[in-house]
Amino acid sequence: MTTATSAAGRDERLRETTWLRRLFSRPELGSVAGFVLVLLFFAVVAGDSGMFSALGIINFLEVSAQLGIIAVAAAMLMIGGEFDLSVGSMIGFAGIVVALPAVEWGWPLWLCILLAFGVALLVGLVNGTIVMRTGLPSFIVTLGGLFILRGLTLGLTRLLTGRTQIPGLRDVMAGDPLAPLFAGKVGQGLMQWLADMGWIAARADGTPLAQGIPMSIVWWLVLTALATWVLLRTRLGNWIFACGGDPNAARNVGVPVARVKTGLFMFTAVAATIFALVQTLSVGSADVLRGQLKEFEAIIASVIGGCLLTGGYGSAIGATFGALIFGTVQMGIFYTGVNTDWFKVFLGVMMLVAVLFNNYVRRKATEAR
Amino acid sequence: MTTPLIEVRNVSKHFGSVIALEGVSMQVYAGEVHCLLGDNGAGKSTLIKTLSGVHKPTRGEILLDGRPVVFESPRDALDRGIATVYQDLALIPLMSITRNFFMGREHVVTKGRGLFRRLDVKKANAIAREEMARIGIDVRDPSQAVGTLSGGERQCVAIARAVYFGARVLILDEPTSALGVKQASVVLRYIAQARARELGVIFITHNVHHAWAVGDRFTVLNRGRTLGTFRKEEITREQLLEMMAGGRELEELSAELAEFARADAARAQREAAVEAEVAAELQQELEETRHFAEEERALHRQRRQSQVPE
Ligand SMILES: Nc1ncnc2c1ncn2[C@@H]1O[C@H](COP(=O)(O)OP(=O)(O)OP(=O)(O)O)[C@@H](O)[C@H]1O
Ligand SMILES: [Mg+2]
Repeated sequence: MTTATSAAGRDERLRETTWLRRLFSRPELGSVAGFVLVLLFFAVVAGDSGMFSALGIINFLEVSAQLGIIAVAAAMLMIGGEFDLSVGSMIGFAGIVVALPAVEWGWPLWLCILLAFGVALLVGLVNGTIVMRTGLPSFIVTLGGLFILRGLTLGLTRLLTGRTQIPGLRDVMAGDPLAPLFAGKVGQGLMQWLADMGWIAARADGTPLAQGIPMSIVWWLVLTALATWVLLRTRLGNWIFACGGDPNAARNVGVPVARVKTGLFMFTAVAATIFALVQTLSVGSADVLRGQLKEFEAIIASVIGGCLLTGGYGSAIGATFGALIFGTVQMGIFYTGVNTDWFKVFLGVMMLVAVLFNNYVRRKATEAR
Repeated sequence: MTTPLIEVRNVSKHFGSVIALEGVSMQVYAGEVHCLLGDNGAGKSTLIKTLSGVHKPTRGEILLDGRPVVFESPRDALDRGIATVYQDLALIPLMSITRNFFMGREHVVTKGRGLFRRLDVKKANAIAREEMARIGIDVRDPSQAVGTLSGGERQCVAIARAVYFGARVLILDEPTSALGVKQASVVLRYIAQARARELGVIFITHNVHHAWAVGDRFTVLNRGRTLGTFRKEEITREQLLEMMAGGRELEELSAELAEFARADAARAQREAAVEAEVAAELQQELEETRHFAEEERALHRQRRQSQVPE
């Protein structure tokens, strides 16, 4: 049956596939190119403002990292064919779940952190179960979750403390075994060395301005790498693509669709909790309004990163670059000294441009196949 | 008598008020090709979907090796070696050939252990390419998206996949509907090979020649009920065809076809007459022109001769 062409390992209908062509058919290409554009733009506009000093770079990486943590999860969920609009409210909720018992009731912080993850898994499980059992669009179900969780956060906090903020986390963090995982910094030695060499800015006493790499960046990179590995190299990854591409077909050939999707909802809620912990513990207080609009930012970052809104296509690396574009623009605006009132307008326009560009590149890429 | 490999007993399937199947029984033995035939909407796909775990029967039971089983999901059925080519193929257009091929069965091409368990992409690509070559399709690039394949190539992916994973029962729901002559004959040969390997094969087709070529027994469904199961020796191809379409319709059809033929003949006759007429006219015209030209030439000559003396 095999013809001579394939016996020779070649097919005359196949053009030479160069690495360039393969690169062009990757979903994340648009966001990488968009990030380079944004970077070039601010290098020209804000090049001498300190944005590209060690501290400036760490600053915009940290902003990107926080969004990136939830964007990677949102991207995986979107590839799996679902949305989670309750991510933002989950961030606020998780912050309170940690801070309330830790500060008000004196529980050990590590226990509160574990509790928060447990609650997150439960919220994800509930979201996923409702979506899978009812067959309703996750957009609607999690929109409900958005209001319920935010309302719970507000209601519980005011009921139990009479305020909408819980400060004083710094005191309970001291000596806690889990807190450094979220609030700590790594690479202090490296930064010190760089400062000693005079390569990065230092204070008068010789300590570097940028003291280390925040844990949020570490979480972000680890999650991106993990998600990419899962999506491209594991059975679960194949299942995620299949669930998003056509859940019916996937189920018919033996993919446990409900389990996969529910798992993704749980992962999203866990990512929101990591975001919340990184933020609350580094600021030292929990606020009921934390995380507002983050669900949309995460979705936008994923879409910029090449995820199809219809599911079944996309990449975690793309979402990471989407988040990078976000963070870079946000801090870029700050460093250029433009009134931050204009940030949202500028952000929206940049997003639109990035998406259009991304879209254009993707069309080119699919033509190139 | 041996126990059937797989059997449905008095199975009914209702979708709300729609009765798709009503009291259907059928046995498939190892080493047998069982053709499932019937009109559009007869319930063939619904029946095989209860066997592959997609639908749970409303009533009745399924027996595997003589023991009642309940398939909670298609995964259950696959784990017991029942592989299906669905009518809609169950392929994901945005995913590559290889990813589609191993979808749901990835564990057969993983390497490493624990957290480092991963797909062996190279091996998976090689298997997908090889299995596709065996069915007569040269895969250019196993990482090509299935959505970019032709309809027949797509069908071949689904068939190659089911043949590769079907260990005991192979179910094919109209697998040859989009195939070229060569690929269709390969699929028929696959079916015969599966029978030789002692698999039970359920083969749905609207093509009586394909059914007749490989089938051992034939079950005909009509409006959700079975018209019975027939061994090949008990029945002629014409009888089978008649049952598949419902006898009356076929008679009407042949009458209609005869009418068409008569009409065609009459039209052809008329057309021939017209053609002849046109040809005659053309001939006449041609002669007239020739005649005219000759006259003209004669006139010309005359005039020249009369001019010479001057
Ligand atoms: N999920 C469903 N919901 C409601 N009705 C259904 C469903 N699936 C099938 N039916 C109905 O059941 C009947 C039998 O359908 P089925 O697909 O089994 O027919 P078939 O014999 O495979 O036909 P074809 O030859 O056209 O493939 C049809 O009338 C169809 O409308
Ligand atoms: Mg059918």
